[in-house]
Amino acid sequence: MSPTPENPVRKLLRTERMPSIWCPGCGIGTTVNCFARALAENGKRQDELAVVSGIGCTGRVAGYLDLDSFHTTHGRALPFATGLKLANPKLDVVVYSGDGDLTAIGGNHLIHAARRNLDLLCICVNNLTYGMTGGQLTPTTPQPAIASTTPYGAFEPTFNLPRLAASSGASYVARWTTFHVRQLTKTIREALDRKGFRFIEILSPCPTLFLRRNRLGEAIDEMRFYRENSVIKNFAETREAELGYRDSILVGKFVDLDRSRPTWREAYAARHAEVLGDRFIRWTGPAEDEVRGPGEGEA
Amino acid sequence: MKPDSRGLLSGRLFIDGDHACAEGAIAAGCRFTAGYPITPSTEVVERLAQRFPFVGGTFIQMEDELAASITVLGAVWGGAKAICVTSGPGFSLMMEHLGYAAMTETPVVFIDVQRGGPSTGLPTLPAQGDMMQARWGTHGDCRFIALCPSSPQECFDLTIEAFNLSERFRTPVLLMMDEVVGHMTERVVIPSADDLDIVPRRYTDKAPGEFKLFEPRDDLVPDMCRAGQGHRIHLTGLTHDERGYPVLNADTQDRLVRRLADKIERNAAQIVRVEERNLDGADIAVVAYGITARIAERAIEMARAQGIQVGSLRLITAWPFPTERLQRLASEVSAIVVPELNLGQMVLEVERVVAGRCRVISVDHAGGTVHLPKQIHAAIESAAREAGVMRLPLASER
Repeated sequence: MSPTPENPVRKLLRTERMPSIWCPGCGIGTTVNCFARALAENGKRQDELAVVSGIGCTGRVAGYLDLDSFHTTHGRALPFATGLKLANPKLDVVVYSGDGDLTAIGGNHLIHAARRNLDLLCICVNNLTYGMTGGQLTPTTPQPAIASTTPYGAFEPTFNLPRLAASSGASYVARWTTFHVRQLTKTIREALDRKGFRFIEILSPCPTLFLRRNRLGEAIDEMRFYRENSVIKNFAETREAELGYRDSILVGKFVDLDRSRPTWREAYAARHAEVLGDRFIRWTGPAEDEVRGPGEGEA
Repeated sequence: MKPDSRGLLSGRLFIDGDHACAEGAIAAGCRFTAGYPITPSTEVVERLAQRFPFVGGTFIQMEDELAASITVLGAVWGGAKAICVTSGPGFSLMMEHLGYAAMTETPVVFIDVQRGGPSTGLPTLPAQGDMMQARWGTHGDCRFIALCPSSPQECFDLTIEAFNLSERFRTPVLLMMDEVVGHMTERVVIPSADDLDIVPRRYTDKAPGEFKLFEPRDDLVPDMCRAGQGHRIHLTGLTHDERGYPVLNADTQDRLVRRLADKIERNAAQIVRVEERNLDGADIAVVAYGITARIAERAIEMARAQGIQVGSLRLITAWPFPTERLQRLASEVSAIVVPELNLGQMVLEVERVVAGRCRVISVDHAGGTVHLPKQIHAAIESAAREAGVMRLPLASER
């Protein structure tokens, strides 16, 4: 009898930490599966890629991926990743966090990371709420959804995340839902090979706090909703990507500038080389000869 | 002036304390900073922005201090030595990331050039009002190392020392300056690179799979690694086990938080530094730090001219506090005078440690300028009178 082939994503997961903290029906695990598949298919070396998360349900993604993984502070995954990438340019750095983390408390960092065209892939799992803290309003909670802090219904306008990222300068912008696993995997695989600031929004159900509170059924009902209401339109104008309450969902790849904008590091080097000529010394990463054995380096 | 192969501007410079910090950072091997403009510390970052392109360093101006203070931590885990520089309002915003750095045992240096507060306070004028914030500002229980330079030369020297301590103990180290020291221009001697002791990062030599990021050695300090070495580390601000995985229970919390505190406290003898003058046989001691220690020198001269046996103990490390030395001192003198540019912060620690062994006299000041020497002198004089150790100078001494 031939052995069962190993699941290709298994080697990318810290299975000893499973089961995860995520609720039954939560979409975050689906996104991790797509991400791991994309990574396996892309063939990137596991030890040359790091993942950085903020705080929240999606913030726990870093803890389940068998990569150099960083669970940072609330909202600050992008600036942490900025330092990590600039200090170690050979690393591929992926920021993986939620809508509250990346667009509310971390919203300032999101627009500036896009403006600078930092060489980072940013995956935003948008479940329309703060899951970890009990289902509060986020900048993406549609009107008039019920959240624990909008018990009578949300009334604030929401962010259109693809438009926010694109207008801030992102080089690559896409949106899928957790129903679109094949398209999402393909998009992540492609985005891993692009340069500059890449933003992928993934709509994902929060059955425990968003669906139940709004009487929208189970996670499986949300998959049906995604299937019936998603409209695939590549390179659509991002201003059309506004999300309403139980409205149609525009999905696809909206922006793909592929290397036509210099990354922050490229712009930094170009500017300094132009002004300083040979006197400009590039940072190429930490020196290998710095590694030393025990005892050495002690006072 | 041309930097040498390691980026140093060796020789005699005439620069201010802020610029001396920047040169100290470069000398220590720091090649990364992320900053946000703020007075009176911004000159440190400006000089690094100017100097880094010549030495292979990277400076990025971030959108705020929250970003700057964690960007430097990312850079450390990428393999760089990194520094973050700010002043009061920015220091307040950075508190969360000081806690994150302590919890994740990230070797990094933070500089706070203190100005008058609270809030926006006195942006261009001095104070020493953040000394307790350095100790207790972040939430939770943790210990920080904090150094207090009192001259531009010491800004250079102690920036290097701060980096060395951060690497030695895998912990954030704070350089608590004040506006006067930051903006005061004096001669700064920068040695050649060969004459400097630079502590390298203590990277593990264990193979991936065997290395645990939070497994301490006998000195309670775990070894380091960086992203991309194959260790597949996990770093979190949550309470974690030696592997770095979150374990949210009281036992793990107790083990971790106590080790983080013990790492500093049990190694305090290696960290604590004071400068003593004329304490042999002294009746009165002045305990001061930063610019205030320099002002106190004049007051001490005035008192000694009157025949008062007064010496000084300058805190070079504010935290950990030189507890044993102060306890010994308290049993030798009749009073300790503590001038500082705040309404009494380090004096609280002096009082706690002295525990009634001698009088402790605070010479407070709300900041905005430095003390007048006569204010400190008056406290010395009244302490001497009270203790009955004041004698009129002999005719021959007049």
